[in-house]
Amino acid sequence: MVSAAAVAASVLDPELPVLTLADLGVLREVREQGERVVVTITPTYSGCPALDEMRADLTRALTAAGYTDVEVRTALAPAWTTDWISEEGLRKLAEHGIAPPARIGPRAAGPVPLTLEPPAARVACPRCGSANTRELSRFGSTACKALRSCADCKEPFEHIKEI
Amino acid sequence: MEAGEERHWAFGTGFTAALSGVDRALPADVDTDDLAAYALMLGDDALILSQRLAEWTSRAPELEEDVALANIALDLLGQARLLLTRAAEADGVACDEDTLAFERDEHEFRNTRLVEVDCGPGPGGDFAATIARLLVFATHRLALLQRLVGSRDPVLSAVAAKGVKEVAYHRDHAAQWTLRLAGGTEYSRERMIAGLDLVWPYVEELFTAHPVEARLADAGVAVDPAELRAEVDEVLDTVFTAADLQRPTAAARAGGPGRDGIHTEAMGYLLAEMQHIHRSMPGALW
Repeated sequence: MVSAAAVAASVLDPELPVLTLADLGVLREVREQGERVVVTITPTYSGCPALDEMRADLTRALTAAGYTDVEVRTALAPAWTTDWISEEGLRKLAEHGIAPPARIGPRAAGPVPLTLEPPAARVACPRCGSANTRELSRFGSTACKALRSCADCKEPFEHIKEI
Repeated sequence: MEAGEERHWAFGTGFTAALSGVDRALPADVDTDDLAAYALMLGDDALILSQRLAEWTSRAPELEEDVALANIALDLLGQARLLLTRAAEADGVACDEDTLAFERDEHEFRNTRLVEVDCGPGPGGDFAATIARLLVFATHRLALLQRLVGSRDPVLSAVAAKGVKEVAYHRDHAAQWTLRLAGGTEYSRERMIAGLDLVWPYVEELFTAHPVEARLADAGVAVDPAELRAEVDEVLDTVFTAADLQRPTAAARAGGPGRDGIHTEAMGYLLAEMQHIHRSMPGALW
């Protein structure tokens, strides 16, 4: 029998199916207690509609692997950060035309500074590699993505925004 | 999709408890009625503004903005669901987030009046007014959530820590639009100024502590909104200065407070639209 941790780690993210839930960093813990498996996941954003789908997919995969007593818990704290996306996850995103987030490290204490202009961060185009890209919108097709376009190859692309 | 593999995307369909598995022990010495009321206040602010922003779906000035406002609405709806679930739990009465959202009447909603004002897309409203309100609301809520991370209630603290990251994006989005509109054409500038004038009478209410907020702030659970004023003023003044705008001077609107369930005439229409499907077909799923 494949370990519960290995089964859970192989489940794909429903909105970014190039990544596993483990790559994305939302899979926080898998515990086997005798017959019982307790999986803990965390949402990317408070309103992420994929969370329920993740629960169902985890339960389905573990049940198919022979685990009969599966509980999927949600942990809100500590809050998810894009820094939890694995190196492998970043590589897969870029390969599939989605610009991966930069590493941001822990947030400084005190008020969050106001940003009055689109950030100058140089996000490379995942198609041609050009750094000559600009932000079209801070909000994209899902809560975790922004929309950018490349001035060199003229293609629009998505970027996982850093949080 | 394989046969028999049913896919559900909409909330309200087989959605398990929003707080499943979250540490939800109630702090022992905290009045649970107060905690329920406070979670409702913060949850209703998010829920009602989410409803207002969702009204712009397919009506925003450009496609990207349509997506942006819907994304912001979704973040706020997520926060509202967690807070309403917490309110139901602290209350100890058999109800849940849906009962609270769809079966309460106007006087039972605890949101501040700012979020219910009709800023469009219908007549009388305007995109610029929507941006003005979002700027004020997100600036205030960001300052609040940053402090609420230190709450002794583990759920409020966790919801706040997630919310800070989301609302920081909302605030900056509104601030950037404020600059764009104020610095665009003479006409866009006029509309930005009119938008700020429309929402400004409801700003004062954001800083007035309700007795529940005051009691829970003393207990280390809530944030006293009066504490937020200096930080909010500083951020708004930075935006106004960069946009070459004057801080509006409109006097506070009489009536209210929304925290006591005393709302404006806009609230009934909003609730009628938000609640009518649920009330017409109780228990319906799709």
